[in-house]
Formats: sequence, structure tokens, C-alpha cells
Amino acid sequence: MDIRPILSTLRRHKTAAALMILEIAITCAIVCNAVFLIADRIERVNFPSGVAEHELVEIRMGNVSTRTDAKARIAQDLDMLRRIPGVNAVTLVSQVPFGNQSRAGSVNLRPDQPKQSLNAAFWSASEGFLSTTGVRLIAGRDFTAEEIQDYDDLFRTGDTPNVPVLIVTRRTAEKLFPGQDPLGKTIYIWTTPSRIIGVVEELARPNNLVRQPYSILLPARHNLGAGYYLLRTASADRDRARIAAIDALLKADRDRVVIRQNNLDDVRREYFRQDLAMAWLLVAVSVALLVVTALGIVGLASFWVQQRTATIGIRRALGATREQIVRYFQTENFVLSSAGILIGMAGAYAINRLLMPHYELPALPLVYLPVGALVLWALGQVAVLGPALRAAALPPVAVMRLR
Amino acid sequence: MLGHELELAVRSFKRNRMLTLLMVLAIALGIGAAMTTLTVYATLAADPLPGRSHQLYAVHLDPQDGDDYLPGEEPPDQLTRFDAEALLRDKRADRQALMTGGYVAIEPEQASLQPFRTEARFTSADFFAMFGTPFLAGNGWSAADDDARARVAVLSHSLATKLFGNADAVGRSVRIGGADFRVVGVMAPWRAVPHFYDLYFGKYAEAENVFVPFSTSRELKLERAGNLNCWGSQRARDETSLEAKCVWIQYWVQLDGAAKVAAYRRYLDDYSAQQKAAGRFQRPPNARLYDVMSFLRVQEVVPEDVRLQVWLAFGFLAVCLLNTVGLLLAKCLRRSPEIGVRRALGASRRRIFLQFLVEAGVIGLAGGALGLLVALVGLWGVRHNGQAFGPLVSLDLPMLGLNFVIALVASLTAGLLPAWRACEVMPALQLKSQ
Repeated sequence: MDIRPILSTLRRHKTAAALMILEIAITCAIVCNAVFLIADRIERVNFPSGVAEHELVEIRMGNVSTRTDAKARIAQDLDMLRRIPGVNAVTLVSQVPFGNQSRAGSVNLRPDQPKQSLNAAFWSASEGFLSTTGVRLIAGRDFTAEEIQDYDDLFRTGDTPNVPVLIVTRRTAEKLFPGQDPLGKTIYIWTTPSRIIGVVEELARPNNLVRQPYSILLPARHNLGAGYYLLRTASADRDRARIAAIDALLKADRDRVVIRQNNLDDVRREYFRQDLAMAWLLVAVSVALLVVTALGIVGLASFWVQQRTATIGIRRALGATREQIVRYFQTENFVLSSAGILIGMAGAYAINRLLMPHYELPALPLVYLPVGALVLWALGQVAVLGPALRAAALPPVAVMRLR
Repeated sequence: MLGHELELAVRSFKRNRMLTLLMVLAIALGIGAAMTTLTVYATLAADPLPGRSHQLYAVHLDPQDGDDYLPGEEPPDQLTRFDAEALLRDKRADRQALMTGGYVAIEPEQASLQPFRTEARFTSADFFAMFGTPFLAGNGWSAADDDARARVAVLSHSLATKLFGNADAVGRSVRIGGADFRVVGVMAPWRAVPHFYDLYFGKYAEAENVFVPFSTSRELKLERAGNLNCWGSQRARDETSLEAKCVWIQYWVQLDGAAKVAAYRRYLDDYSAQQKAAGRFQRPPNARLYDVMSFLRVQEVVPEDVRLQVWLAFGFLAVCLLNTVGLLLAKCLRRSPEIGVRRALGASRRRIFLQFLVEAGVIGLAGGALGLLVALVGLWGVRHNGQAFGPLVSLDLPMLGLNFVIALVASLTAGLLPAWRACEVMPALQLKSQ
């Protein structure tokens, strides 16, 4: 198909053509970035927690007045919670994945390093931590009972904390010792050396999830302030177990209040609620943009068909087939779309550059170019088909008679 | 005067119902999206204390160790307890208050109420006068109460009602954190949006329910909350002690006039230099004073997502407008014969121009009205999205006006080009070709 007559027609409708190109370009630029952002959000929302989310319940209690018997209270609570029907395992932790509180600190490879190697969440992992949370050990071993200390004892006044053994997550190990076996390696949290004795698959920290997805397990019994009791039950038993647990906790000690009580599924949902809402919003805007652009193409093409009725009639009378008329409008649209896509891709990269520092986004992957182009070409072709078919359906005689 | 143009516009719409509807819908969606996001943005970027905020300043010092010092770096945005108490003792500003968020357990007198935990602020006497908090009854406490670690408390309206019903709460006793406090004031409903004085307690958090002197809260070891940042290799056992190398306290001052601001800046630099001479600070003086609005800007309090939504909505509006321009243009070109006849019958170019602008304007107004509905639906969605600021978001009168201004300006801009093209039509040429 000869493209020259199309170009010369478009030249006579410069403004309308330019508007169409600009519309396609902006749509292309925005939709490419929107899809990229959606993919980013979906990745966040699906971030693995590493724990048995569907079987865990968190309960956090707060004291009404300052108390001195915290340790004994915790031991009694744990014992009592274990005996609640349906509860398979219980532990007290310093934080929960996707929770609202975090304990974290710097991790170094040398004791006097000026800039930290990474920042990791510090989890107190006492007896039963792995079995209760469902965190999977993939190398090395768990802490022994002798290794586990009271959290208080890690922080004796004036001393630097002394933690001889540690368990790290796979991400942490890979970041600290890329390509090496982390077992037996020494790292520094605070200034004393600690040896890595185990690696767990994953454990999502409450904050800094994407930038610093690192966690370290300390052989410690959490007994500072309010920790989180984690109860492991069968999925179906969670609500019943939670209610029974709270009832028991309050009955055992009236001098306290419930601060938080959730099934871990809900904790995750709440944590990612905004990301999910934003993803849906981006989907809605992208769809709306594509629909508006498509309707714009339909509208403009319809007018052009009406305007060129005479031309079409003459071409038909001179022997042009219906297919050729259809093809004419399709090619015209293809030319417009291509120009729009070209400008739009440049725009997409410009927007991506602007967004990158604000959203910790990587550069727009190159695969977005051909995919985005295909989508917009297809959109244009679908939109123009109706008007083009209408043009082709015009009987040459009727058209000629108009003159 | 525009009667005839309006009539022509309506007639033209009737001839192309689908197309007109399409243009109105596109503009409505664009305007609705723009208004929804702008309203959210305006709510979140609002001045928390209009009329007062320009006199209020956040005080930041740099007490960190020297090892990873970068010149010109922002100092921490909170103070150590040592520095905050030192500045408060000096009282060099017109008003000043140190503060931190926290949680307290309240044990109601009535047996019918279970003990519960609620948000608290541990602060000093000037907090109330400096921020202009309204009181229903009583007042704040005095500096003497701060010094004496007095067991006095100011309650929010909702907490006072919960504990004491409609009776006057001032003078009553309330058990907070296991100790008896005397209620000295009940605040009228008050909320600073954003929660500028302590962003770590929630950027759009509600005001706390209990206010007690900071000094008292330390004596009773009430549970603090918010951000606490420590440095150095030695971990303090009590991170909230005077000597701990930890920042966790917000410090705000009121300074009336530029001269006082300059003097206070000098004072902070002198203080930093003194502390360095004494060996407590290791870095050169790096104190900052931010008025409320600058502070909110530096802290980037408006969520990035909300900014992005505004851009996205305006990008969408731009596409909708381009669409409208294209369609109006095509429509106007097709109507060249009609324009030719009007011109031949004596209509001036101005009238033709006006005719097409009126047509665009009517589409814009219709789009604006429909867009308002879209925005109301959008805002309903924002309110029910479970965010802290959700309930604050509503369309006010200025925004309502802006809605139609945007609609009209946008559609008239979109109408300019087609209208210009229309009035350039040569009547003779058109009449001949018919």
C-alpha cells in the first residue's frame, strides 16, 4: 500500500493529526509507567513473610502500671497459653512481620567499620521460635537451650552486648557474603563478634521492607516491655483460640490491657492496604486513559470518513476495492499511532527518570517498549475498524450523487 | 447576548448526541479525577495552625559523633533529653515546649469501665498557649508545675466525657499509669492537620487524649512512643536517660519577628559551640530552625503516592482535553458550510468565534457538573479507604468553585483552536462548493 497519499492527506489536517499523535503519546507515556508501578506494588504486596501466616495469631498486652515481675509473668503466660485447646505452639517475640513496631540495628563485617554493611531487624528467638512461627531453617542449626539468654542479660549496664551465635536470613547472608557459605562466618552487631550458626529462608521485618529486607535472630528470651505473643493454631481455630487466650490472659492478671490482637493474615492485609489501593487506582486510570484515547480515535476517524465521503466515492468509482478503503484508514491510523508511540516512549522514559528517586524504582525495563507499542497499535486498529468499515460500505454511486 | 449562540450550541449537540455525550463524559472523568486528588492534596498539605504557624519553629541540633560526619548534612529532627531540658531551662524564645508522644494506662473510677490505654503527650507548660489549643474548662499547667513534677493532667474532650460524663472534670482525680493525677483542664475538640509537632506519632494522627508534664512522665517512667534514634558503640541501658546518646524529643519555639529568629539562631549556635567545647558535641554547630510550613516541606509530609495521584489525574485530564480539542476541531471543520452561510448572512468573525467558544464552554460546564459527582464518589472512596486522614477529606466551598473554574478554563482552552479555525472559514468558498 502506497503511504504517500496518506501522508499528503494528513499534511492537510496537520492540527487534528498532531492532536491525535499527542494524545496517543501522553497515554502511552502514562500507561507504561502506570503498569510499571502496578508491577512494583504487586511485588510488594506479595512479599513473602517467611512465617505460617494463615496459622498465626498475635496478642500484645500492656501493663497498667510499671511492674517488676515481668519475667515470671511471661513464663506463666506462655505456660497458660500453651494449654489453651487448639493452640499448638506459643512464643513471645519482639516484633511480628508487617507489624507496627521494630527493633533493628546495624550489622558490620569489622568491629570498627565507619559505614554499616546493612541494617537488619533483630528478632529475639527463644525456644520454640522456629516451630511456632514456621520459619524454615535451610542451613546450619537452631539455637541450643544453653545459648539462649534473657534479653536483659544482653544489655547489662555499661557492657557491650555479647551475642556469640546468630541465625541470619538467606537475603542477609547473600548480602553480607555473596556467593559464599555463611555458616561459621563472623559478623558484628554492636562491637562484639558473633558467629553465624544457621540460615533461615525468610523473615519479613516490620519496616524498611524493600530497601533493607534483612533480619537476624538473636538467641534471646524477649522480656522487655510489651512483646507479642504468637499463637500457632489450625487456620479454622484462630478466632476461637484468640478469644480464649485473651480471656485467660486478662483473668490471670487484671492489671493490664490488650494492645493488639490480630490474625496475621489481617496484619498483612492492613500493612499493604495502601499499596493495593494504589495499584487498583493505577489500573483504573490506565483503563480509563486507553478507553478515552480509543474513543478519541473513533470520533476523529468517523469525522474524517464523513469529510472524505467524496474522495472515497471517487476512489471506489475508479476501481478501489472495499479492502483498499479499509486498509487506507488502517494504515493512516498505524502512521499516527507509530508517531504517538515514538514520542510516548521517550516521554515514558522521562517520567520514569522523574519517578525513580521518589519511589525507589529501577529504570523502566526495555520490554515495556515493544509490549507498549503492540498494545497501542492494537488499540488504534480496533478503534479505527468501525469507521473504516463504514467508509468501505459507502456505495460509490450514492457518494457520487452527493455532488 | 449569548442567547443565539446558546441556541446554536444546543442544536449542534442534538445533531451529534453520542459525540457530545462522549466529550462531556471525558471532561467529567478528567475533572472528577483532578478534583478528587487536588482535594486530598489540599487537605494533607494544609497549614495546621493558620495565623500561628509562621511564628512557630522546630529546633534541631546535631549532637551526633564525628565519625561519619558530612558537612551541610541535615541534623537529626529530634533532640536528646539533655539538650531539650537545657534549652527549656534557658527560656530564650517567646514560648517553648519540649515533648514526646506516649501511651498511658487509665484506670477509671467506675467499676463498669475496664482499664484502657490511650495516646498521651508528655510536654511542658507553654504547649497550650504556643499552639493555641482551645479549652472547654480549666487551663494548662504552669512552669512551676513542670519544675515540681506535679501530678496534673489536661484531658481531651472525648476522654473527659468518657471518664466523667457531662460533669465538670476540672479538679477531679484520674488514675494514670498507676498514679493519681489532678485534672487541670479539658480541651475542646482540637486537631492539628497534619500532626506537625510530632510526625513520628502519625503524620495525620488525632490529638492525644492525655497531656501531662514531661518531668512527671519521666519520674513515673510512663511509656514513651515514637521515633528514638541512638548512636555510638555503647548502648545505654536506659535510652531515655539524660546522658543517653539518643534523640527522641521534639522541641518547638515561638519567635515573634525576624530579629528574634536571628537572635535565637545565634543562641543555638552558641549553645552548640559550648557543648562542643565541653566535649558533648563532636561536630561543628549545625542547628536548624524551621517554621511549621518549611518543616512540613523538609519532612515531605504529604505522601508521595498522593503527589503522584495529582500528576496522574492532571495527565488524564490533559488527554481528555486533547480528545475534546480533536473532536471539536473535526466537528467544526465539518460544519464549514454552515459557518459559510452564517457569515454570508452577516455574522461577524467575532460572532462565529463566540459561537464555538460557547459550545465548548457549555460542554465544559456540563462536564464540570458531572465531574463534581465523579469527585464526590472519588472522595467517598478516599474517606472509606481506612487511612488516618480519610475522615478529614471533604470538598469545601473554594474547592467547589475551583471545580467549575478548572472545567470552564479547560474547556474554553480546548475550544480556542476549533473556534479560531471556524472564524477563518471563507464564506465565498463554502457557498460556491455547495
